[in-house]
Amino acid sequence: MKKILLGNEAIIQGSLAAGVSYVSGYPGCPSAEIGDDFAKIAAKYGVYVEWATNEKVGLESAIGASFSGLKTLVNMKSFGINVCSDSLLPLAYTGTKGAMVIVVADDPSCWSSAQTEQNSRAYSQFGHIPTLEPADPQECYDFTKLAFEISEKFKTPVILHTTTRVNHQKMPVIFEEVKTGNQFKKGEFIKNPHQFTTMPPRTLEMKKELLDKIKKIQAFTEKSKINEIDLGKGSVGIITSGVSYLHVKEALKVLKLDLPVLKLGFFYPLPEEKIKKFIKPLKKLLVVEELDNYFERELNVLTRIANAKLQIFGKNVLPVIGELNTEKVCVALAKVMGKKFLEFKIRNLKLEIPRRTARLCEGCPYWYVFPTLKRVAPNAIFTGDIGCNMIAGMSPHNIQDTLFSMGASLGIAHGVSKSTNQKVISIMGDGTFFHAGISPLLNAVYNKSKPLMIILDNRITAMTGHQQNPGMGKTLMGEDTTEVNIEEIAEACGVKNIKVLDPINMKELEGTVKEFLEKDEISLIICKRICALLERRQKKS
Amino acid sequence: MENFNLILTGVGGQGIITLLQVIDEAAAVEGYDVKSSELHGLSQRGGSVEAHIRFGKKVFSPMVSNGQADLIFALEAMEGLRESAKAGKQARLLVNEYTLPLVGAPTKEEIIKQLKAGKNALYMVPASADCKEKLQNDIVCTLYMVGYAVAKKLMPIKKESALQAIKNVIPQKYLELNIKAFELGHDK
Repeated sequence: MKKILLGNEAIIQGSLAAGVSYVSGYPGCPSAEIGDDFAKIAAKYGVYVEWATNEKVGLESAIGASFSGLKTLVNMKSFGINVCSDSLLPLAYTGTKGAMVIVVADDPSCWSSAQTEQNSRAYSQFGHIPTLEPADPQECYDFTKLAFEISEKFKTPVILHTTTRVNHQKMPVIFEEVKTGNQFKKGEFIKNPHQFTTMPPRTLEMKKELLDKIKKIQAFTEKSKINEIDLGKGSVGIITSGVSYLHVKEALKVLKLDLPVLKLGFFYPLPEEKIKKFIKPLKKLLVVEELDNYFERELNVLTRIANAKLQIFGKNVLPVIGELNTEKVCVALAKVMGKKFLEFKIRNLKLEIPRRTARLCEGCPYWYVFPTLKRVAPNAIFTGDIGCNMIAGMSPHNIQDTLFSMGASLGIAHGVSKSTNQKVISIMGDGTFFHAGISPLLNAVYNKSKPLMIILDNRITAMTGHQQNPGMGKTLMGEDTTEVNIEEIAEACGVKNIKVLDPINMKELEGTVKEFLEKDEISLIICKRICALLERRQKKS
Repeated sequence: MENFNLILTGVGGQGIITLLQVIDEAAAVEGYDVKSSELHGLSQRGGSVEAHIRFGKKVFSPMVSNGQADLIFALEAMEGLRESAKAGKQARLLVNEYTLPLVGAPTKEEIIKQLKAGKNALYMVPASADCKEKLQNDIVCTLYMVGYAVAKKLMPIKKESALQAIKNVIPQKYLELNIKAFELGHDK
């Protein structure tokens, strides 16, 4: 079958072809379609799909399934791997039972990411987790299948490391049609504490087993076809991976060059012998990779052994910040080759065109909240959080004094409240509250600070494309479930001042903010009103 | 032929992803190799959105380099003007005569004046206005513009291929409306 697929759709098809039966994760951009689109078709393939409450729980969910013998897929955006890393690292020690592939989607240039321009490849090296880097949707399909095979063969989790330009790239993909009509088949957890429990002195023994395993996988990568060489002429070579390979191929065409290119499908472990063989006859090498120079550092070491005279170019001709493109690679390549390449000059328009940043949608309930807060508490410190509510930091609202990571608004608000006599207001959405907001709430109560917490409960996880969350009474696969009540959680955490209101009643909101800001302990206002887009969509259907 | 490079630009929520799907599919129906790149998430909430499509004999990168676009397909005039600064001589600009308000933005007249002052061949079409008036729906302005681009040969896609692509991509429920919009633009 041949069909135009998005990178994320190709990952779904690759997983189906590999026989996946359990999918977990947490929605984020650019990976969210993996869960969303999988859920639309999962039932007919007998696959179980869920959105976990956060990435750590999502990974642990998959660990349980893997230990019960099921093939599992986990999906998350870059920052998700930070959240789940506490369980990811021991998973490398225990290894998997049912195969497990973890998709980690980075976002160079921060197209839809706030907090940092993260290069998640660091985890592969320090966690010792085999990692593949596809360049396009066809490779998303092929590499996902291969990742399941590697996981199955070596009993290790395998990371599929992607970037926005891979996840959100479309092309015609050749894939095998998987037959439908299967029922979800349960596995069995066969006890094996020796393998599934990390506890010294066994922990150190497991580390030894892991390092031995990586050596075996390294031997496997030496023979793997996904580390491929495009033959070329001359003494200048290129090493690259992922979407950068596509830019390299275009750049070679633009500059009319025919150079040998080693495309690494494996980021970790590296096929060191193959690389040594590739660089041995070269005089110059250009390493093309996005953001930090992981390959380049490894190559500096390998060169000393294989070809000490080799001149290595990398981040001295390519940027460390921002995604790559054909033009940037052309500039770098021209420098290495001593060729001329004129960069395109952007025309001066003689007219100021303002930046069109993200804004609240028409009818968004937040339109009632931000101006009210600004008016009632102009001098308060506003700690912001991830989600649509971070638009509070943009014009015309401009009320966001800090922005960090999921749930950080309240953790930081607590610290400011304890350290100053200033009024502190934290702003968080319902999705983020369920992800990482409960723990800082408990902390603020326990350690006796007095911020005002505002939860903007728009009844869905909106920013990433309307995913279900525990407050909705629906699972990702559309089943009814317990509708978890935010105020009951807050009560149970020990919060005494709680008000649930509809922010459209701005007088009530205003009065409550004034009242709660005078309290000597933490207080909470839940502004409950459905996301305007969701409301319009519900009316339509 | 050399690869054909297309940049779609507009504002989040204008239907750029569906537009991209239709053109991708039409290029595939024509038998071209095709790759495209789109953005989701934060930028979709009313921010500027840009998507790239490349098709031809063999395409590697899904992204169009600055100065390399053959056609800039703008669903909103100010975004079209913004993008035009990155257009090479060969680029043709297809612009929806429609502006979405923004604080600090130049007036529609100023935008159009600037667009006309550029060196690129300019095609302004009242896609939103026509669709609203004749079809009571302006979200299908994207298909109107595809129809126009096909009729004026602004991209190497035949009418039959475009219609086939629309049938392959658009759900049955909205098919008739989308084809009407396509024909409306085609006959403009």
